[in-house]
This record gives sequence, structure tokens and C-alpha cells, in this order.
Amino acid sequence: MIDVLIIGSGGAGLTAALSAKEAGASVLVVGKTYPTNSQTSMAQGGINAALGNVGEDHVSSHIADTIKSAHGLCNEDMVRQMCGDAPKTIEWLENLGVPFSRLDNDEQGKDTVAQRQMGGASAKRACYAQDYTGLKILHTLYDTCLKENIDFKDEHYLLNLIVKDGIVKGATFLNIRRGEVIQIDAKSVLLATGGYASLYHGFTTNAYGSTGDGVAAVLRAGGAVSDMEFIQFHPTALKHSSILISESARGEGGYLVNESGKRFVDELKPRDEVARAIFAQIKEEQRVFLDVRHLGEEKLMELLPQEIELCKIHEHVDPAKELIPIKPVAHYTMGGIDVDYALEVNGIKGCFAVGECSNAKVHGANRLGGNSLLEIIAFGRFAGENAYKHSIYASSKPADSTQKEKDSTEIKALFSQEDTSNFYPYRESLGDIFYGKVGIVRENAQLNEALDEVISMQIVQKEMGISDKNQTNNQNLIDFLEFKNALLLAPTIISAAIARDESRGAHYKVGFENENDALKKHIVLQWKKEETCK
Amino acid sequence: MQIKILRSKTNSHQLYSLPAGEIPLLNALTYIKETQDATLTFSAGCRASVCGTCAVRVNGREELSCSYKVKPGDIIEPLQYHPVLRDLKVDKDKAKKTLLNATSWLQEPKEASLTHSDEKLTEKQTDCILCDSCYSACPVYAVNPDFLGPFALTRAYRYSVDKRENDAKPIIDNIQNNGVWDCTLCGECTAVCPKGIDPKMDITMLRSSSIQFGHSDPSFATQSFGTPDFGGGGFGFDPNAGF
Repeated sequence: MIDVLIIGSGGAGLTAALSAKEAGASVLVVGKTYPTNSQTSMAQGGINAALGNVGEDHVSSHIADTIKSAHGLCNEDMVRQMCGDAPKTIEWLENLGVPFSRLDNDEQGKDTVAQRQMGGASAKRACYAQDYTGLKILHTLYDTCLKENIDFKDEHYLLNLIVKDGIVKGATFLNIRRGEVIQIDAKSVLLATGGYASLYHGFTTNAYGSTGDGVAAVLRAGGAVSDMEFIQFHPTALKHSSILISESARGEGGYLVNESGKRFVDELKPRDEVARAIFAQIKEEQRVFLDVRHLGEEKLMELLPQEIELCKIHEHVDPAKELIPIKPVAHYTMGGIDVDYALEVNGIKGCFAVGECSNAKVHGANRLGGNSLLEIIAFGRFAGENAYKHSIYASSKPADSTQKEKDSTEIKALFSQEDTSNFYPYRESLGDIFYGKVGIVRENAQLNEALDEVISMQIVQKEMGISDKNQTNNQNLIDFLEFKNALLLAPTIISAAIARDESRGAHYKVGFENENDALKKHIVLQWKKEETCK
Repeated sequence: MQIKILRSKTNSHQLYSLPAGEIPLLNALTYIKETQDATLTFSAGCRASVCGTCAVRVNGREELSCSYKVKPGDIIEPLQYHPVLRDLKVDKDKAKKTLLNATSWLQEPKEASLTHSDEKLTEKQTDCILCDSCYSACPVYAVNPDFLGPFALTRAYRYSVDKRENDAKPIIDNIQNNGVWDCTLCGECTAVCPKGIDPKMDITMLRSSSIQFGHSDPSFATQSFGTPDFGGGGFGFDPNAGF
């Protein structure tokens, strides 16, 4: 039996695989795509560490900035651990060969790494590799996994965790290529399955697949989720395609202007404040633009080559000469699987969660740019070690095949179901409902409407299904399973947003515009046992 | 507007109609799947040219679906030299194995003093998204399916020149067979790379490094005139050369 089963092959999963293997574990990484296809590749701006390579900086400042941005909802011990581990995290990445951007300072190793300003940071703290930071870290991790002989199972879609007496025993997957349900037994399971911002279909910077598959699986298996209502809206996505333009565009000196050419906000405030300021302009029927023309073509190509290309392809503008039309869209989910100090899932022993899928309570009500890449690497290593430690004393008696048979039956039922209604339009309207009513500025009346609409959609879901009945390589089936996960999570987000009658970080509610100390707590959700046994 | 897509079940091109307008091919494929034909199968991810999932061939040329603007009459086909799993979705396992064979990673890391110009040395090479476009465009695969290929060699080059590499010899040794010398330097890989990477140049550079590490062009060795003969008997050539 495998010691550590890692589900998800993005930056968090690959890092955890390397650390678990280094600790002595047998490791298998299972993902629904190929390792380098993950969301991590889209992280652009940087990874925070108080190295002080460009001006003075201290770990204590990094901690203070992170706590301030979290608006009272973080666990300060976890923040201290992440920020304290940041310098050695960069050292570790440097040692793997990550091609960071450099300074010319005659120093050695991590002290040569270039650092840039990000919103909400009191120093130039984000280490970067042009605007491809996530991509270059991810690929270096993958190369290292090949070097260390990490085993992969690609194109396997997570169906359910196998949990017996509150202890994880493995998981079931759909082999996408063959269309078969398989069971993988393991002593420890580590979820690194990413966030759920794709609920905002059409209004998100995320890839199609960020549907919270792991978060939904934890709920079904009886584990807890928390802070689900905290969704970060990125201030600057391209207006027509929702494609991300990195915060570093503002960090490097870009302006936000309305159609009268007026600046209306300090561009380097944290993301929640900037997103709301843009939203207010849009409400006043002002178009909003990112202006980087004054930086000059040469500097733009040096610092933001990817953004310039994306603006040309998707928005038909040349940022060196023209304004870039933007809007804020869903970008990152602070909430997720509720974990303890060891990143073990509350409610499921032996199951760990790390990265965007988990809520390690380091981002609180609003994540700082540059802290997500830090979390996946710093905590990815920590989670890998902890999962291995658990496996040492875990039982090696495999679970029976009950869950696998149940899942096989469900998949077969989807194939035999006739006269199904097409779910794709519902996926789109779920995105519209969320952006319109569970968005940047919320109101209780709208949230209640959204909850009604989502519950009606859950009822109609029973009639929805797949029209492609091909057994193998059925993307229609995967799209449907992903949509089902998104729809399962939808009410947890809305109900938590309704319960939070205040404004805090990324959650802003009309009529309750201030923080309320009585609500300075996490909203934790867990399904009752009776329900999970259905 | 109408476009044709190669369907694997019938092994023929199927005609699809799209509303007029300039949209990325990926949006067109998604539109078809959502509204006309849910069986049409393709791979997609980030929509932003960075996850490497969605490469296909358009009119015989490799393109990322998410950045290519679809035009009337376009013919869409899967990547070459990859087993087709279904329609435009291909099996990338074998192509990915080239990275393992090329041992493209830091062999023996050491701390180094890196500068801005060191960053520039491999900035382009590390923009690689592993979309497999170059692999599909490489004509060597028609004759040698075991060729390491453009992206693996570019990656080998990137690590071999990294100042943090204490001993690049293993990498160089591992790219000799089915590697740098099998490339025809036709430049197709460079022409199709969506990130503007130039594997042809990287392979040329690796050939120089190979010679520095004591390797030689095997085709040259077998076709040459043997070792130089400075006097002694014979006629100054090896009668077995070239056989």
C-alpha cells in the first residue's frame, strides 16, 4: 500500500510529493490533467519572502502585513510559520534551479533574487521570474519530480475519498482515458486539488477546472470546510475575456483610470479595496482602464512580456500605446477545506490538505499578492512531511470496495440516463448568478435570491446529464462531474455570506459596511452524519 | 463561418458552423461542444497561453487553441506523432518521457552568484509551457520515433548552462543518442513555438558543448576518413570508412 497518495499535481502537490519522498515515503501523485497544466502556471507576479534584497525588509513586517490584510480572520501562528519559513523556501527553490529574475549585486544564491512591490506589502518582497513566476516554479518542480522518480497517474479524476470510522483509507477515481472507476488505497491522503473560483464561470481568471473537486469530496466524506464566503476578486482582468493582468503591472507603476482619464484609487492598496473602487466606477457607468503607457515599451517588455502579449491577443490593444480595458473578476478562494496546525483535515484523520483547496487560515478575509505561491511551497513541504509521519503508524489494512462500487453505479447511471437536459447553459447561469449576486458588493436580498436559484438548480440537476455516451475519454462527463461539484459548493458560499452580516476583507455587504467584532470568527460547515450516509 | 474538425471515430473532417466574428479557436470549440455536439473532444485549461494544454494543428500548423483566431474554412486536426485518444485530444505520455531520457534537471546543484545576464541566458528557454507543438512539427519523428526532440533538448540546454550546475556532463552524455546529432536543424520547431523559443539554436549550442565534453558527431565519425594518418604505410585513408 502506498504511504502517501497525493491528489492534484499543481505546485502544492508536486512540492508535497518531493518532501514526502525525501522523508522516506512511497508516493503517488494523481491528477486530472498532466502535472504542468495546473493553475499554478497562471500565477504571475511573485512569491513573497522577506529577503531584503531590494531595500530593508523583515520577517516581522511580512507577518504584520499578512495579518493586517487578513482582517482578524487568520491564525497568527500559521502566518508566523509561513512567513518565517519564506526565506528558506526561496533557498530551496533556488537550489532546485528555479530561474528567478536577478539583481546585479555580487551576492550568492537567494540573495541575488530580484524582488518587486505588490499591493499591501510594506517592502519590495515578491521574488519573481519576469511575469512567469508560477510557470517557472511549477516546471522546475516537475523536472525535479522526474529526477526523484516520483510516480504519476495522470488523467484520473477524483470521485470520492474513502473514509472508515473517521480515518481516510484512500480514494476513488475515474480513469478518464478508459472510463473505469478505480480505487487507490493509501495510508495517508494529501489533497492539493485547487480552489473553486470557477463557480464564477465566465467571470474568473481561473482555468475551467478550478471547480473545488477536493473541497466537495471532503464535504461528502464528512470533513469540514470553512470561510467559504471569502472570494478574492482580482482588480485587473481583461474586460472581455477575464484573463488576468498581474498585480505587478500596478506594482511596477501602472495606473488605474476611468474613462475621463482620472485616477480614482491608490493602486497599491490590497486587492479587496482596489476591486471595490473599480466596481464603484463601473456602477457609475464609467469604463475602467489600466494605464501602463508611461512605463515605456522597453520596460514593459522586460517586466511584463506575457501581459503585453495577452492584451494584444485578447483585447486587441497595445499596452505601450493604448489603455487596457479591465474589470475585477473572481481570482482566488481564501476558504476551503478546514485544516488544523498540521494541515490535517478537521473531521477526517490521515487526510491532509494544502494550497488553495485548504483553509490554513493564513490569508483570512483577503490574501496578499505573492502569498499564494509561498503557501503552496512552504506548506506543501510541511504537509508532505506530516502526511508521511501519519503513514508510519497508519493501518495498512485496505478498505473494502464499497465506495468504488457505489461510484461505479453512479457513473453507469449517467451513461444509461435518457432524455437529459444540457447542463452547459446552467454552468453559465451559475457563473452569472454568482458574479451578479454573490460578487464584490453583496446585499442580503440578492444573496437570498441567489440561494433560491441555486437550490432550484440543484433540484433540476437530477434531470441534467451527459449527451456524449462514449465510455472512453469523455470530457462531457468530466465537465458534468465538475459542474456537480461546483453546484454542491454553491450554497455553502452563499449561506456563509448571508450569515456574515458585516463587511470584512473581500466580503463586503451593503447595510453592514463595518467589521463586527462578534463576527470575528470562522464560519465552519460540516454535513451531518445522516446526510453523508445517504 | 464554417470550420472543419478531424473526428477520430469516422476519421473524417466534420463541418461545423459558427457565428461570424473574431474569436479564439478555443471559444469556438467550447461553443460547439456546449451547443451543437457534446461529443467533440479536445483539451483545454487556462485560456491564457500558459498551461500548455490546448495545442492543435490548424491548416497543418501547430497553434494554441486559446490564442489562435479562427478563420472561415480552417481545418483543425490533432497534434502529429502523438497517439490520438479522441478527436483533438492526444496522449502526451511518450513525448513527456523525452524529459526523463534527457535527464533535464540540475544534476549536482551548487550555490552560485547569478546576475541579470545569467537570467537572460535562459529566460526564453524557461518560458516553455510543454504544449508539444514543437514535437508535433518536428520531421525527425517521421523516421526516428525515439528522438529526444526539441522541447527536451531545449530544457537540457537550459540546465546545462545554469551556473548552479556543478557538473553538466551527465546531461550532455544523455543527449548523444537520439539527441542533438539526430536533429536536421530545419527550424520547424522554432517556427511553431507559441512562446518564441528557438530549440534549433539551443540544439546547435548543445552540439558545441558536446564536442567540448569529448563527444563527436556520429554521422561524421562513420562517414569520415578515419583518424589522420601522418606517414607510415597506407594511402592516408581508411578503406572501411563509411561502411
